[in-house]
Amino acid sequence: MTKKLFSLLAILIVAAMVLGACAPAATPTAAPVEPTAVPTEAPPEPTEVPTEVPPEPTEPPATEPPATEPPAVFKACQVTDTGGIDDKSFNATAWKGVEEAMAEFGIEGKYLESQQQTDYEKNLKAFVDEGCNIIITVGFLLGDATAAASTTYPDMMFSIVDYAYDPVLPNVLGQVFTTDEAAFLAGYAAAGMTKTGKVATFGGIQIPTVTVFMDGFALGVQYYNQQKGTAVEVLGWDPATQTGSFTGNFESKEDGRTLGLSFIDEGADIIMPVAGPVGEGTAAAVKERGNAWVIGVDADWYETVPDYKDIVLTSVLKNMNITTKGAIQAAMEGTFAGGVIVGTLENGGVGLAPFHDADSLVPAELKAELETIAAEIIAGNIPTSP
Amino acid sequence: MTNEKSNPKEGPPKQSASEIFLEEISKPPPKQRSRWRGIGQAIAIPALAVFTGLLLGAVFIVLTSESFYAAWSISPIAGLKEAWDIVVTAYSALFVGAIGSPKEIISAIINLDPEALREALYPLTESLVAATPYIFGGLSVALGFRVGLFNIGAEGQIFMGAIFAAFVGYSITGLPALIHIPLTFLAGALGGAFWGFIPGWLKAKTGAHEVINTIMLNYIAFRLSDYLLTGPMQRPDSFNPVSPTIMDSAKLTRFFDDPIRLHLGFIIALGMAWLVWWFLFKTEWGFYLRSVGANLHAARYAGMNVPLAIILGMTLAGALAGMAGGNEVLGVNYNLAMAFSSGYGFDSIAIALMGKSHPLGVVLAALLFGALRNGATSMMLATGIPIDIISIVQAFVLVFVAAPAIIRTIYRLKPPPEGEEGIMVSSWGGD
Repeated sequence: MTKKLFSLLAILIVAAMVLGACAPAATPTAAPVEPTAVPTEAPPEPTEVPTEVPPEPTEPPATEPPATEPPAVFKACQVTDTGGIDDKSFNATAWKGVEEAMAEFGIEGKYLESQQQTDYEKNLKAFVDEGCNIIITVGFLLGDATAAASTTYPDMMFSIVDYAYDPVLPNVLGQVFTTDEAAFLAGYAAAGMTKTGKVATFGGIQIPTVTVFMDGFALGVQYYNQQKGTAVEVLGWDPATQTGSFTGNFESKEDGRTLGLSFIDEGADIIMPVAGPVGEGTAAAVKERGNAWVIGVDADWYETVPDYKDIVLTSVLKNMNITTKGAIQAAMEGTFAGGVIVGTLENGGVGLAPFHDADSLVPAELKAELETIAAEIIAGNIPTSP
Repeated sequence: MTNEKSNPKEGPPKQSASEIFLEEISKPPPKQRSRWRGIGQAIAIPALAVFTGLLLGAVFIVLTSESFYAAWSISPIAGLKEAWDIVVTAYSALFVGAIGSPKEIISAIINLDPEALREALYPLTESLVAATPYIFGGLSVALGFRVGLFNIGAEGQIFMGAIFAAFVGYSITGLPALIHIPLTFLAGALGGAFWGFIPGWLKAKTGAHEVINTIMLNYIAFRLSDYLLTGPMQRPDSFNPVSPTIMDSAKLTRFFDDPIRLHLGFIIALGMAWLVWWFLFKTEWGFYLRSVGANLHAARYAGMNVPLAIILGMTLAGALAGMAGGNEVLGVNYNLAMAFSSGYGFDSIAIALMGKSHPLGVVLAALLFGALRNGATSMMLATGIPIDIISIVQAFVLVFVAAPAIIRTIYRLKPPPEGEEGIMVSSWGGD
């Protein structure tokens, strides 16, 4: 019967495909594409022809192999958490750091996205097998897996974004950020810019890396009230009792929109959503109603969320790209050591983004005050966390 | 159709019961089909669906590759060659990532090098590890289908299973593994069963549709786990939503040394598949459940306890899904963290459909999905093709399995005799 024939044919096709796919596996897939162009500085000038073995000149370039061997390119590899590489949050920002390192140092960068918790260990192992030089992991979700991998592979260098170990691990560099310092400035700016006397913030899930933004923001508003004798109100977060509004997730833009609308209805005209992509929904709500601003978090939303750039007042920057690039650079230069690196207002690890289009609306006096306050925070004269 | 309904006078003349009966018995008896042909028939559609899905996945891979466009602008032939190369590279990486490199396996066996063998077999075992929650989840949804229930709540039941298992896993100390492992695993099953019982009971007692209720219970389970992980179940020395690590005595036994993570859960999953098959097809209760699934009214007329069957069906389905959650916590992750699952329960619906709600089919479909998921990592590493392409392949496979007419049209297969295609859900919209 033809039916039988077709099922046989189907099996044959599948088998042929599987076998066909199997055969060329032996050929090296990792073809070096462009890095051959990179080592322009390799051949030392005095010698006429780069002879391989005897290094007559006592100069250091013994590490630069001639073209006979494929050059061992430094590899920086990033494992994302379940948010994925395009989360417009820490995964994306850390990857930006890897990309910057790729452009600047001519290294190779790779990333693997984790779909679920079981992938963390697997992806870490895949990168070790791949011959990565440093592995960047992102977020507390990878905390346990990174610690386990650092013990299993003691010679590998790791750096984990937004997490630190106590006691420190010898081959893991934790990157943490005093985000409250930058959020404090945002809160002060918001208090100075509000027309309704009400500003708002909300979070994704009540975890320290989220609430630290909200603490700083609320304290910045309080500080403004103290200085100016105003009574600007913060909706959505009370730093004293550590209670406030949360969407309960980092995914639903609809939740962000709903919460944004309700804050606007309550009279807020500046909202800082600390919930990753959820904030885009809030931006949509603000755009819908008008006469209000959003304050971005993590990255400069004026650039990363261009659809809403006309309503972005400013952004609280958490420059994980800078610390990530720094970790890669240290690994390349051999100065890498386990421990903790803290991104602060002082070293540029956190900061307040420019006002961009809103710049002309912000009074020069407020800008000057922000600069003074930033200096005071760096000097340690203003507390930014409760 | 609508005309006939709205205006019955113009429709075909009504048949009396005796006429229908006469017509039925005068039909020629269905041809006795050989067992092997039946199996071939059952496998042909899914196999062709997978093949077509991979083919369409290849189209996506090519169309999203910049190097293809670059080569195409030189000449169409160069473009086609480039397209071929891209697909072969990607799918061979997928294959090696899912099964392992045959060359490495053989050389490791010849050299009797246990460490090399572990490395060579690692991809294959990882595929089995990835397939394990899919087996449990697929069985859960398949069991529901057999009782005529659409269990969309597997994901929530998985979360409940994981919560229960994690709690028993870390909070009870001092037990020997021989007791602690079964205890925690059963706790996981209990958590899922509890979460399956609720919509089952609501359906049986009030007629509330299980689709709506299981979807809603999913959200409750997600938020409950968020709450527990930021409160009562949070690791004491941590501010992050991660539970404490479970006791060593609760960890499911692993069969090999690192890096192989294959664990007892896989064997339990296979055992469960057998048990579900035995229960459904060899026991009286299984017959009741299937009867309710086939025709609820007939079952009621035959004097079966339909509400009880619905409650039992949902509870057992929940228990199986709960085992999926417990399995992940006890076998692989060793703790419960936020977002530990990204849709095992929803993928399980696809697996149950693909496996035609038969335990054996579910196991095979789960192995395939596990292998695809696992191989995708290697594919991404070798070619930079995002893992999401696998979701696209899965989606295509599901479409083709759910709508076999497409596959039959493409490959000119004959439709099966009437009554061969089982109805999955009878309760949808009706009753």
